[in-house]
Amino acid sequence: MVSFFRLILVFLLIGCSNNILGQSENEMVLVTGGSFIPLYGADSATVVVRDFKMDVYPVTNSDYLTFVKKYPKWKKSKIIRLFSDESYLVKWEDDTTLGINFLPSSPITSVSWFAAKAYCECQGKRLPTVDEWEFAAMADENIPDARILPDYNQKILTWYEAPKTFKNTVGSTFKNYWGVYDLHGLVWEWTLDFNSVLMSGESRKDVDKDSNLFCGSAAVGASDLMNYAAFMRYAFRGSIKASYTGRNLGFRCVKDIEVSQ
Amino acid sequence: MNKAMKTLIKIIVIALILSSCKNNKNTDVTSNKSLSDVVSNEIPELSIYNLPSNWTTQDNKDIELKSLQGDILVMVMIYTTCKAACPRLVSDMRNIEAQIPNKNKEKVKLILVSIDPETDTPTRLKAFSKENNMESDQWLFLRGSTEMTREFAAVLAVNYKKISPMDFSHSNIISVFDTNGVMVHQQEGLGVDNKETVKTILELADKN
Repeated sequence: MVSFFRLILVFLLIGCSNNILGQSENEMVLVTGGSFIPLYGADSATVVVRDFKMDVYPVTNSDYLTFVKKYPKWKKSKIIRLFSDESYLVKWEDDTTLGINFLPSSPITSVSWFAAKAYCECQGKRLPTVDEWEFAAMADENIPDARILPDYNQKILTWYEAPKTFKNTVGSTFKNYWGVYDLHGLVWEWTLDFNSVLMSGESRKDVDKDSNLFCGSAAVGASDLMNYAAFMRYAFRGSIKASYTGRNLGFRCVKDIEVSQ
Repeated sequence: MNKAMKTLIKIIVIALILSSCKNNKNTDVTSNKSLSDVVSNEIPELSIYNLPSNWTTQDNKDIELKSLQGDILVMVMIYTTCKAACPRLVSDMRNIEAQIPNKNKEKVKLILVSIDPETDTPTRLKAFSKENNMESDQWLFLRGSTEMTREFAAVLAVNYKKISPMDFSHSNIISVFDTNGVMVHQQEGLGVDNKETVKTILELADKN
C-alpha cells in the first residue's frame, strides 16, 4: 500500500518538475547557428548567426493579457504616446478584455516595438534580430535553408495573400525544420533592430541609392532579387517606426544561449 | 492504514505546494530594465525624458538624459570614424549653431550621440571634439550602451546598420527638442536648407 503512495508521489513530482526547472510560458526550441547571406546585408556579405533559442509560437493574446495585468503601464489606457501610437490594442474592449471574437490563442497584434521589447525583457528574453529571424525563417519543414527550392517563395507569397490571418490561432501554419511555427502566414513580427533596414520602402527612391538620406546606403543592396517574399518583409521593416502598431503585426521572443563555464 | 493516510495527505500537500510554483516561477518581478517606473507628471507623454537613459559624456561624466531638461536640444547621431556623411552632418550642425544669436546660445545645447558606442569611448569623443572645435559648453557628446543606443535611435526614427568593422550605414537626421524633451522638428539629408530648423530653434528660445 505504501509503495503505491510512493508511486503517486513520484508521478506528482514529475508533473511539477517542469515548472521547478523554470520552463518559460512560451515553449522555446534551439536554433543552431550558422552563416547565410541575408537579402539585405553589407555588400552581400555572409552573416554569422550564433545558436539561440526561439519561441515556438508568436506571443498570444492571452500571454499579453497576463503581461499587462502584471505591468499596468502597458495597459491600453496607461501607455504613453512616446511608446505607442493611438491604435495600441485598438480592438480590445478595455484594459483587460480582449476584442470581441478574438481568440486567446491567436497572436497578439496592435502592439508597438517598445511594448514587444518590454514584454520579452520581462520574460528574461529579447526580440530576435533581423538576421536571427530571417535565418530561422528560411527553413521549411525539412531543411534549414529552403530558399533554393523553386516553390518555397511561391508558397510564402500565397500565404501573404490570405486575408486576416491574424485571426487564426498560433500553430495554424507549418512547423519548420527547427520546430518553430508560424514564421510565415500568420502575422508580421517585430525584430530588435528593425531600424537597421535602410530602405525608404518606396522602390523608386531605393533605386536612386538615397545618397543624401542615408550614409553608406549604396553598400546595402539586395542579394537575391527573386526572393520577393523577403523583399516584402524588409520593405515593411524599413517603412515602420518604433511606436507603430498594426493589426497584422505581432512578435515572438528569443533567448541567448548561456555559455556554461 | 492511518499511517498510510497521513503519508498520502503529506504527499498531496507537497504536490499542491510544488504545483503552485509555476505561478511564481514566471513572474519576473525585476522591473523592465529599459523603462522608467516613475513618469513625472510634469513631463509630456512624448518627451524623451520618459526614457530612463544613462549616458556618458566626452568628459567621462555619467548623466541621465533628464538632466538636459530645460534646454533646447539640437541632436544628431553619428560615429567618429565616419568618413563620408558625418563630416557634412557636423558642418550642418555648425551652420545651425552659427545662426543662433549670442543672447540665446545659453538655452541651446547641440548634442552628438554615437551609434558606435564600442569604438566611441569618452576619450575618443573628447579627441573628436577637439579635432572639430566643439569644446565649448555648447556641445555635448553622448555615448550609451548598445541596447540603449538602438532604443534611442528608434525614438528619433534614425535607422542605422553596421556594414563593416569600421562603417555604419545610417540616416542623416538632425532633430530639435523643446525644453520638455518633445521633438518638434527634424531635418533630413545633408547640406539641406536649415532655415526651418533655425527658425524652430529661435522660436523656442524666444518662448523660454
